[in-house]
Amino acid sequence: MLKLPIYLDNNATTPMDPRVLEAMLPYFTEKFGNAASRNHPFGWEGEEAVDYAREQVAKLIGADPKEIIFTSGATEGDNLAIKGVYEMYASKGNHIITAVTEHKAVLDACKHIEKLGGEVTYLEVKPDGLIDLAQLEAAIKPTTVLIAIMYANNEVGVIQPVKEISAIAKKHGVLFFTDGTQAVGKIPVNVNKDGIDLMAFSGHKMYGPKGVGAIYVRRKNPRVKVTAQMDGGGHERGMRSGTLNVPGIVGLGKACELCMLEMEADTKRISAMRDKLENALLKLEEAYVNGSKEHRLPHVSNISFKYVEGEGLMMGFNKNIAVSSGSACTSASLEPSYVLKALGLGDDLAHSSLRFGLGRFTTEEQIDYTIEQVSKTVLKLREMSPLWEMYKEGIDLNTIEWAHH
Amino acid sequence: MAYSEKVIDHYQNPKNVGTLDKGKQNVGTGLVGAPECGDVMRLQIEVDETTGVIKDAKFKTFGCGSAIASSSLATEWLKGKTVDEALKIDNMDIVEELALPPVKIHCSVLAEDAIKAAINDYRVKNGLEALKLDEKVVH
Repeated sequence: MLKLPIYLDNNATTPMDPRVLEAMLPYFTEKFGNAASRNHPFGWEGEEAVDYAREQVAKLIGADPKEIIFTSGATEGDNLAIKGVYEMYASKGNHIITAVTEHKAVLDACKHIEKLGGEVTYLEVKPDGLIDLAQLEAAIKPTTVLIAIMYANNEVGVIQPVKEISAIAKKHGVLFFTDGTQAVGKIPVNVNKDGIDLMAFSGHKMYGPKGVGAIYVRRKNPRVKVTAQMDGGGHERGMRSGTLNVPGIVGLGKACELCMLEMEADTKRISAMRDKLENALLKLEEAYVNGSKEHRLPHVSNISFKYVEGEGLMMGFNKNIAVSSGSACTSASLEPSYVLKALGLGDDLAHSSLRFGLGRFTTEEQIDYTIEQVSKTVLKLREMSPLWEMYKEGIDLNTIEWAHH
Repeated sequence: MAYSEKVIDHYQNPKNVGTLDKGKQNVGTGLVGAPECGDVMRLQIEVDETTGVIKDAKFKTFGCGSAIASSSLATEWLKGKTVDEALKIDNMDIVEELALPPVKIHCSVLAEDAIKAAINDYRVKNGLEALKLDEKVVH
């Protein structure tokens, strides 16, 4: 029996794996000690749990446990990496390179740096969503201290050429930070093979709890340091003060362990369902995949259904199917997704997009239902769409003088 | 964001979706909005030339649920009204009827614009002067 509603918004957040919850539970009540209490068994128990989790996290990304700093999530990690490097390396320079399709946590941290007098270059992306490596290299200056490019994009799932980026960074003696939120736990990420100096990621995108994440900070070749953005007890090697969220950290550790064990099987199953969904929906006329299909996360599909508006489309099934749209009809600005626009999509196509994010708990039955419901709604709304009618009559919509509001 | 029952009803069972023959003398067509803004409404009226009463109204809308509901409601209200009465339909009446939240008020404005554009098209076609319309743009 198909249970509704269906969750296909796993890039926003993932449900927590029950095995993660099970691992966490004792640390709320009986094992409640402060991991920084060094002088009694309660503290030791907490510290031991955190150490174990640190190993689980490190293992997933091929790091040394000492290189893992626990945070409250990826937004904090993005801020700590960017602002922390900017402050720490101020004597070397004040220039940061990033890309226009980054998450707001990165973009807004960069905006903050500009206010402080720093300089930021925002690289454009190609129509497939990837950055241009030649452009990246050309943007490097003697004052460049950091390249901040995400591993994989949250809206279209496009995976950046991380190895090539890190090679360029290394060649010019610039640090490389990557926001790994969407990638870690979903695809193989190895900080050494990938040449990453700093990386932020989050528990709740990989079947772990919300409110906990980590940042990887390289300790060797080169030894990287960041200036703490929160002052206090000097936890986490002085980079992130604040009593450790022991249950959350235990959950993050367990989530990482499960991702590591199950990644291969999960990917195989999930990508097959994603492809099935995508291929079925592309059978509708005038439906297009946004972003590179080749360099893409296995569980994401972002599709524009031309001549129907995304929010209107979602309304046809959002009581039963949870997805998200690049249409920003609900936002105050009425601007559609900046990521899709950066890929060169016109506003009209950006307004017509849906993002499907599959996950560990997605089933074939749910995909079949989704195909049926989405297709039905697209067809129904096109019957109601003046743009579809014009398209069918062969009218070029670009020749119409629209009353721009 | 939750939609009101009335918006959902119009979305699920839109009234008067369709196309009237825009070549006819007594049909007025209004096309407002822009694809880049995420909503386009086409509203058409067919006027009984002897009585001046709108005997039919049709719409097609590209947009969110509120935009679809606003235009569906507008066509319902138009039918049976004279052209002069139709001009009195105010976007705030639509907001009230559909319980639109502030962020969706522009949908009602668009519907009012569509009504007026259709009436003007009808007027111009029939040798009447186009009415000057107040801009009621919110975005």
